[in-house]
Amino acid sequence: MIGTEMTQRLLDRNGLVFVGLLLAAAILVPLLALVAPAGSLLHMPPYVVALIGKYLCFALLALSLDLVWGYCGILSLGHGAFFALGGYAMGMYLMRQIGSRGVYANPDLPDFMVFLNWKSLPLTWWGFSSFPYAAVMALLAPGLLAFAFGWFAFRSRVTGVYLSIITQAMTYALQLAFFRNDMGFGGNNGLTDFKDILGFNVQAESTRLALFSLSALALIAGYLIARGIVTSKFGKVVIAIRDAESRTRFLGYRVETYKIVVFTVSAMMAGVAGALYVPQVGIINPGEFAPINSIEAVIWVSVGGRGTLAGAALGALLVNFAKTWFTDALPELWLFALGLLFIVVTVFMPKGILGLLDSMKPLRSPPVIASPTEAKQ
Amino acid sequence: MSVAADNPVLTSSLLYLDGVSVSFDGYKALRELSLVLAPGEMRAIIGPNGAGKTTMMDIITGKTRADSGDIYFAGSHDLSHLDEAAIAELGVGRKFQKPTVFESHTVDDNILLALKAPRSAIATLFGRQPANERERIDRILETTRLKDHRARLAADLSHGQKQWLEIGMLLAQDPKLLLVDEPVAGMTDAETAQTAELLREIARDHSVVVVEHDMAFVRDLGVKVTVLHEGSVLAEGALDEVSADPRVIEVYLGR
Ligand SMILES: Nc1ncnc2c1ncn2[C@@H]1O[C@H](COP(=O)(O)OP(=O)(O)OP(=O)(O)O)[C@@H](O)[C@H]1O
Ligand SMILES: [Mg+2]
Repeated sequence: MIGTEMTQRLLDRNGLVFVGLLLAAAILVPLLALVAPAGSLLHMPPYVVALIGKYLCFALLALSLDLVWGYCGILSLGHGAFFALGGYAMGMYLMRQIGSRGVYANPDLPDFMVFLNWKSLPLTWWGFSSFPYAAVMALLAPGLLAFAFGWFAFRSRVTGVYLSIITQAMTYALQLAFFRNDMGFGGNNGLTDFKDILGFNVQAESTRLALFSLSALALIAGYLIARGIVTSKFGKVVIAIRDAESRTRFLGYRVETYKIVVFTVSAMMAGVAGALYVPQVGIINPGEFAPINSIEAVIWVSVGGRGTLAGAALGALLVNFAKTWFTDALPELWLFALGLLFIVVTVFMPKGILGLLDSMKPLRSPPVIASPTEAKQ
Repeated sequence: MSVAADNPVLTSSLLYLDGVSVSFDGYKALRELSLVLAPGEMRAIIGPNGAGKTTMMDIITGKTRADSGDIYFAGSHDLSHLDEAAIAELGVGRKFQKPTVFESHTVDDNILLALKAPRSAIATLFGRQPANERERIDRILETTRLKDHRARLAADLSHGQKQWLEIGMLLAQDPKLLLVDEPVAGMTDAETAQTAELLREIARDHSVVVVEHDMAFVRDLGVKVTVLHEGSVLAEGALDEVSADPRVIEVYLGR
């Protein structure tokens, strides 16, 4: 049975819980909101839906980062750039949907272009009134950037801290570029004041619920794709590269090709996360490229458990809940708390929260001793 | 290719090094090194620390580029401009001086990754598992006496077992030429004897270059010996011959 074999490969015990919970949330949250009256406990308030929907996008970003960092050893400090690019692609679509409802009521140009006295739509904006085009661009723009970056960095064998630094430089350079008005992406203010998506009002509760479910489903899809990759022979090569890069080369594997592939796939996942994020928060601006965002994503992954996928997503959710609480209750302490959390995790829980949970129930999950073949016999 | 056409020594060789020199920051690690290995031959390389033995392997496998000299494989492939992966694909396998295995993979998976099979990303991502893969892995684990440890993580193996696993990975690659750097360093006498036996077995259908300091082990192998000193060949011949050579004695005693 290829079907069950595949399922077993993709879903280990943690994976089952993870996908199960997400699937339940994707179905139950909107369903209960439809059935239960507003104000009842089962009816999640819209702002909570929006908040968790946003965190689910962060979780997908964390997952994509874990794929390159946890499995291939590439510590990207610029993954926020791919997230932001996906976000901009979606933001541009949403801008075009405003049409003549803007302040200047110009049917052909977004407000900021009218303000800049532009006469026609720049080439970069062509096609963005079509949703499919924007959706493809949300994958393609981050994918191409990652591919080009990988082509130069991995082929010239830049590794370790040098690689991390140039990923950080990349996102910072993009932030500066997107700040410029003449880049044509709304400059400092970015893109905002969205009206509708695919004909639905972005503010409506039903739209928010749909985006919430889609974010949960995207996270499931991202998880399954990532699992498919890391449990394949390709994934074994990727882990081998993390463990002993030059040994892998001497076995005849083209390490740079493998790195470019994982990096590109991961960037595309981050792009999807960004594209789902923007309609839920209603804005995208150059601040999304800020280096600190990418660094925070690294902290999510290490808190949740590097190289576990589900743990990375869990880390993103937990740290962001904590952040929301802190920025409300003790705003000036948040950065210290984050730093402290990072230190505590690195020193005391090198495998993150998921690693800790797994090691706490040795009886329920005995280590797999038999090899796959022996188990089958 | 013109070099290949008019040089019978080159065309009939498996490995051909001629006048190879390398220097690191002015220090000459290899000086005009020349060495010819016939197909099917097993050769032992000895020499004091820093003689350039490992550097020679680095040159052959593409890890380090030679400053000058010719490096040919199988009579026609110029290795001096190929990268590690391309040279490995031609059929050159290597075991490192410090055992290097994939620590977070099982013994099984270490062999699987080494097993001769298409190396491209597309093949490993979408390719189907070949039917005889299991049997091939079983056979190698049998040969390297690691069958009982197949499901353990490579990180948990003893030093000697890691050395053997790495030799097993070499076998799995099924290269035409095996370069083995100090395979018995840190092994017990019994393990050393077993390793010599294993290498002799491997040499029946592969060409092998073994670097080793352990003279008892080299004697056990019973093959032609090349002595390296300061980056070039000092003597070549049977172990008894070279160890009677006054220049060799001086190098080893005069250290
Ligand atoms: N990458 C490098 N950079 C600088 N110097 C190097 C490099 N690799 C080797 N060397 C130097 O070249 C010389 C030859 O080293 P090599 O490792 O080839 O010796 P060896 O014969 O393998 O010695 P050993 O028996 O100790 O393994 C040494 O002096 C070493 O320090
Ligand atoms: Mg050496």
